[in-house]
Amino acid sequence: MSTENLEQFRLEVRSYIEEHLPVELRVGTRKDLPREPFRKWVGALTARGWLTPEWPSEYGGGGLDRKQAAIVRAELKAVRAPLPGSASFGVVMLGPTILEFGTEEQKQEFLPPISRDEVRWCQGYSEPGAGSDLASLQTRAVREGDEYTISGQKIWTTGADKADWMFCLVRTDPDAPKHDGISFVLLPMHQPGVEVAPLTLIDGNADFSQVFFDGARAQAKHVIGPVNGGWTVAKRLLQHERSTDGGSEGGITGALKETLVDLVKREVGLENGVLADPVIRQRLASQELEKRALGLTMRRAMEEARAGQTSRDIGSLGKYRWANMVKDEQDVAMLSLGTQGLGWSGPGFDDKQLERTKAFLTTRADSIWGGTNEVQLNVIAKRVLQLPE
Amino acid sequence: MGLILTEDQLILRDMAKDFCDEKSPVERMRALRDARDATGFSRELWKEMGELGWIGIPFPESVGGGDMGYGELGVVLSECGRVLAPEPFVSTVLLGGNALLLGANEPLMKELLPDVCSGERILCLAFQEQGRFAPYAVETSATRDGGGFRLQGRKQFVLDGHVADQIVVAARTAGSSGERDGLSLFVVDASAEGLDVQRSELLDGRNAAVVSFDDVAVDAARTLGEIDAGAEVLDAVFDRATIGLCAEMLGSFEDAFERTLAYLKTREQFGARIGTFQALRHRAAQMFGELEFARSVVRDAQSAIDDERDDVAECASAAKARCSDVARLIGAEGIQMHGGIGMTDEEEIGLFFKRLKAAELTLGDAIYHRNRFAGLCGY
Repeated sequence: MSTENLEQFRLEVRSYIEEHLPVELRVGTRKDLPREPFRKWVGALTARGWLTPEWPSEYGGGGLDRKQAAIVRAELKAVRAPLPGSASFGVVMLGPTILEFGTEEQKQEFLPPISRDEVRWCQGYSEPGAGSDLASLQTRAVREGDEYTISGQKIWTTGADKADWMFCLVRTDPDAPKHDGISFVLLPMHQPGVEVAPLTLIDGNADFSQVFFDGARAQAKHVIGPVNGGWTVAKRLLQHERSTDGGSEGGITGALKETLVDLVKREVGLENGVLADPVIRQRLASQELEKRALGLTMRRAMEEARAGQTSRDIGSLGKYRWANMVKDEQDVAMLSLGTQGLGWSGPGFDDKQLERTKAFLTTRADSIWGGTNEVQLNVIAKRVLQLPE
Repeated sequence: MGLILTEDQLILRDMAKDFCDEKSPVERMRALRDARDATGFSRELWKEMGELGWIGIPFPESVGGGDMGYGELGVVLSECGRVLAPEPFVSTVLLGGNALLLGANEPLMKELLPDVCSGERILCLAFQEQGRFAPYAVETSATRDGGGFRLQGRKQFVLDGHVADQIVVAARTAGSSGERDGLSLFVVDASAEGLDVQRSELLDGRNAAVVSFDDVAVDAARTLGEIDAGAEVLDAVFDRATIGLCAEMLGSFEDAFERTLAYLKTREQFGARIGTFQALRHRAAQMFGELEFARSVVRDAQSAIDDERDDVAECASAAKARCSDVARLIGAEGIQMHGGIGMTDEEEIGLFFKRLKAAELTLGDAIYHRNRFAGLCGY
């Protein structure tokens, strides 16, 4: 598409958003979106396939090329248009994986409902004995006619209590080497043999669950990719997951309206324009410099890739440094808040302080999920530095 | 200009690398040190670098320079850093040369810079009077005397001062030590009466002189910048010099890291190559990460100068804060991972360790630059 046509397209997108984004969704907090206007807005988006702009239109996508899709995303971002958060597992992870590995029948069955935000998905990967070493998972699936019977346990399943379906890693060949006996299967959550037990975390949230399978059923035709070839599919899906990590602009902390600098200035105080505590001043500057260097490094990697210059893979490095940075931000906030960072409920703490307390606790997980810090360092040592094993 | 090297810069890098590998392997720096060479570097090699146009990179064509940017200069400095070449880029180009350039004294520029670009003239900047970097802590005085000034005071850590043909000196014409106002910059000939220059050697084999001024006369025409407002020039000089020094450090990081990595891949203990041990693998991965981050902030700082952005000062401090920390990490881990052999003078990692320590503390350490960055950001 020519530059002129792209500009024309941008104006179209803009006016469509202008026409359909309800006023109630343009201001105020993102926490409690008014239900009916939000439903209508999502309907307007899915009517154009804009939750999944690059997907082919026959599967409910927007049928757009990369440049057009980027325009749609940019325009939605520019007005801070709210999007269904529950869609991420389907839209970001499973959908692209089915597009790559799925049969025509599987694409037709699963992609359109995802693009319309009609089905909530959850991800059945981790198990109590298979965290960083995911491939050692033990949940068994035994073929019986056209079905698999599944028994075992998953953990850290985000949104399992609200999900309709799960994409799940199961062991279909217990005798094969651990990476070669895994299959990637889709199964409905609302059935006998599936039990969900939410887990309350240290920050008080219960977004994660344990999921117990005792004779749960999945259809044999719902295995994505080859039977016993699920590890390849699973890894590919993780790449889709990681591709979104960097884009969250500080992740959880992005939701906090007050910057760290403002918080520290307020809590610690300035004397002649200089923070009253020289050690906290150093910590804050370190944190800000780290943020800056991480952003520059990710940008440089992109530029190098675009220019076709050989560059070392820095995906794991980015995740590792991002996790540490996000955690350190909350550490500096807590040091600055002192005991005002310890509130849980009741009087004596304002909303900003309570939000920081929660953010401090929540971000402890950032060096664990999506590959722990230690796993990221292992990956760098092996793949980038090519140290012997 | 961005964060990656342009085609031209890649070509320049390859040329500089070949040149440095051939003419200036690390053994050359060691030989100069062991011989306690009177100059401390090779004047011949410096002139060759002048002929190649490297010295003149940041200077305008009107004075014999190449009118190029810090992207290009950084490429050359990094390659020099890879082989620990002791040639006087920091003293003559980054400090003294920049003072002449930014001091905007046209007659002085025309008189001195052409020979600087060709490699025949060595410069230095005499500013420091105490150990920790404090650019305005200047007590050396310049007192008006007819049409000129008389200088009185003592400077230390004057890089390459023992061979400099001209000394750019920061002196106080008003106010008291620590104040930004009241500083002035003058160019003094090495032959000036009342000037005493004592050479001292540093741990990294380079040279820094103690320079004393005892009633040294200097003509008002040899002022850089405005009287009492020398800090305007000095600040900009330090920013550019800091960014250039960081580029040199980057090259030393790369080579020291590669040497350490190679050692991890070959050295055997307990029946295994030590690079198989997770305790060392994780630390090597940390070093890799720091090196990548350092490269990003240094490139960004170079393009801040070249694109005439208004955040050069922030970028300079961001780069030096990072590079000073990385210097300590890569230097210390370099020795530690080499084990006992890393402590020997014969093993080259020790030479990198010492150069990195010197660079870490030159023009402000990480603590200084984090404080400065914080100040520039309003906290």
